[in-house]
Amino acid sequence: MTDLVIIGGGPAGMSAAIAAYESGIRDILILERDVKLGGILQQCIHNGFGLHKFGEELTGPEYAWRYEEKVREYGILFKTGTMVLDITKDKIITATNEEDGIFTIQAKAIILAMGCRERSKGALNIAGSRPAGIFSAGTAQKFVNMKGYMPGKSVVILGSGDIGLIMARRMTLEGAEVKAVCELMPYSGGLARNIEQCLNDFNIPLKLSHTVVEIHGKERLEGVTIAQVDENRKPIDSTREFIACDTLLLSVGLIPENELTKAAEVELDRITNGAVVDQDRQTEKEGIFACGNVLHVHDLVDFVSEEAEIAGKSAASYIKSGTQNDMNAVIKTDGKIRYSVPQRITTKKDITVYFRVSDVFKNVKINVYKDGEQIYSKKKIKVAPGEMESIKLAGEKLDDAKELYLELEVL
Amino acid sequence: MERNLTCIVCPMGCSLKVELDGGEVKSVSGNTCPRGEVYARTECTNPMRTVTSTVRCSDGTVVAVKTDKPIPKDKVFDCMKAINNANPDLPIKIGCVIIDKIYGAKVIATQNAE
Ligand SMILES: Cc1cc2nc3c(=O)[nH]c(=O)nc-3n(C[C@H](O)[C@H](O)[C@H](O)COP(=O)(O)OP(=O)(O)OC[C@H]3O[C@@H](n4cnc5c(N)ncnc54)[C@H](O)[C@@H]3O)c2cc1C
Ligand code: SF4
Repeated sequence: MTDLVIIGGGPAGMSAAIAAYESGIRDILILERDVKLGGILQQCIHNGFGLHKFGEELTGPEYAWRYEEKVREYGILFKTGTMVLDITKDKIITATNEEDGIFTIQAKAIILAMGCRERSKGALNIAGSRPAGIFSAGTAQKFVNMKGYMPGKSVVILGSGDIGLIMARRMTLEGAEVKAVCELMPYSGGLARNIEQCLNDFNIPLKLSHTVVEIHGKERLEGVTIAQVDENRKPIDSTREFIACDTLLLSVGLIPENELTKAAEVELDRITNGAVVDQDRQTEKEGIFACGNVLHVHDLVDFVSEEAEIAGKSAASYIKSGTQNDMNAVIKTDGKIRYSVPQRITTKKDITVYFRVSDVFKNVKINVYKDGEQIYSKKKIKVAPGEMESIKLAGEKLDDAKELYLELEVL
Repeated sequence: MERNLTCIVCPMGCSLKVELDGGEVKSVSGNTCPRGEVYARTECTNPMRTVTSTVRCSDGTVVAVKTDKPIPKDKVFDCMKAINNANPDLPIKIGCVIIDKIYGAKVIATQNAE
C-alpha cells in the first residue's frame, strides 16, 4: 500500500507531490512515462513562465527544474520511463517499465496529472491529398527543440493558439519562412504578447477569419489553398488563394488526456473533457484527485502549479483523516460562461472558481447567484475564450447552497 | 506622433499608447504596472528581445539555451548564428555559460544534460 501515487511528472504532478510532502505525507510515488520529469515544459524552451509564481521570466525547462530540485531535495520517489496502463475505482494502479515489467500498486489516494494532448489532424476536414509535411504544432516543437531537426523551410500555420504563434517565431529564427498564420475565428486564441513578439516582430501576417481549404502535393506538401470564411465559418470561394509551402503546422487545440480517468469510472465534464471535481480537486470517486491540463486546459503554467497545490494538500488531508464534506452544491454556468472548475462544492470555505467564456465580450459583469439570490458581482472590461478567468467567493456566503449559477451579463 | 504597442512583459498584454515628439517619448498610457512604461520607452528608442533557442552538443544532444538578458532586436538573427555555431561538450548544468559575450549578454543553458 502506498499513501499517494501521482500519475504524470509534469508541473502539475511535481507541484502536487511537493504540496503533499509539505503537508506531512512521506510515502509518495510519482509515475512518469517520459525519460525525465518536467512534462510538456521540456519542449517549451521559450520564456514567459513563472512571472506569477516566481516574479521572474523563466523558460519552460527552467520552471520545471525549480520543481524537480524540490522533489529531489525532499527525496520524493519517482519512476520515469514508467507508463501507467490502468487505474481502478478502488485505486489499484497497473503500470509498466523496463526494470519492473508490469506491476500493480494499491494507493490510498491518487492524483491524476497526465496533462493533455493535441487534437489530431484526422479531425480536420480539408480537401486534397495527405502528403508528408503536415504536423501538429506540438510535434513540430518537439522535433525542433528536442531533436534539433527542422520539419521544413516554408511554412503555413493553421490556428493561432499560443503553440502555433510560438512555433511561427521558432521556425523563423531557425531560418524558415513562415508565410501566414490562418485563424478560422475573427479573433486569435493566443495571447496578445505572442501576436506581438512572435508574428509582428517578423512581419508574419495573421489572417483572421481564414482557413485552409485544400492541400496540394503528392509525396511532399507543395502548397495550400486558403480562403476567407463568412460569419458562419463557410469558406468564400472568390477569396481562394494559393500559398506555396512545404510544411503545414496545425495548432488546433488541446484536449485533456483522460483514458485513465475513464478507466477509473470517474465522471467527466462534457465541456472540459476533464473530470468533474470539487473545490479540493477531488473527483466524485473518493481519494482520486485531478489537477493541471488533465482537468482543463490551462494557458499559464503558474495556474497549473496553483491548482496542483490544492490537489496535493487535499490529498494529504484525505490520507490523514478522510473526506469531511459539510455541503453539496453544484456550479452551473449560463453558456456564455462555458464551464467552471470546480463544478461542485462540498466544503464551506473560501474558494476560487476558474472559468472560460464562449466568445469575446466587452464591458461585462460576472454575477453569481446562490439558489436564485445574487451573492457576487464583478465588472470586467473584456473577456476572451483564450484567457482563463477567475473569481473568489467567500465561504460564509455559501451557507446551505444547493446550486451556484454563474452568469455573464453584457452591459 | 502617437504609437500603439502591446506590452510583451507579462501575459496581461496591455495595450499601450505612446506620445512621441521626434524620437523622444513624452508619455505612456494604458500600462497596468510600471514595467509597461519601461517597456514602451525602450521599445520606441532601442527595442530589445531575449533570445531562446537550442544548441547541439558535441555528442549530438540538443540543449535549450537563452540570452541571460535582452539584446538589441536587430541583432537577434546574428545572435542565432552564434548560437547555432556553438558546440559545447557534456555535461551541461542549467545556468552554465555557453557563449561568454554577445551584444552585452551571455548565452546560458536552460536545461541539464548529462
Ligand atoms: C506548446 C505549449 C506552449 C505553452 N506555452 C506556455 C507559456 O508560454 N507560458 C505558460 O505559462 N504556459 C504555457 N503552456 C502551458 C503549460 O506548459 C501547461 O499548462 C503545463 O505544462 C501543464 O502541466 P501538466 O503537468 O498538467 O501537464 P504536462 O506538462 O503535459 O505533464 C503531464 C505528464 O504526464 C505524463 N503522463 C501522461 N500520461 C501518462 C501515463 N499514462 N503514465 C505515466 N505518465 C503519463 C506525461 O508524459 C507528462 O510528462 C504551454 C503549453 C504547451 C503545450
Ligand atoms: S503593463 Fe505591466 S501588467 Fe501590463 S502587460 Fe506590461 S508588465 Fe504586464
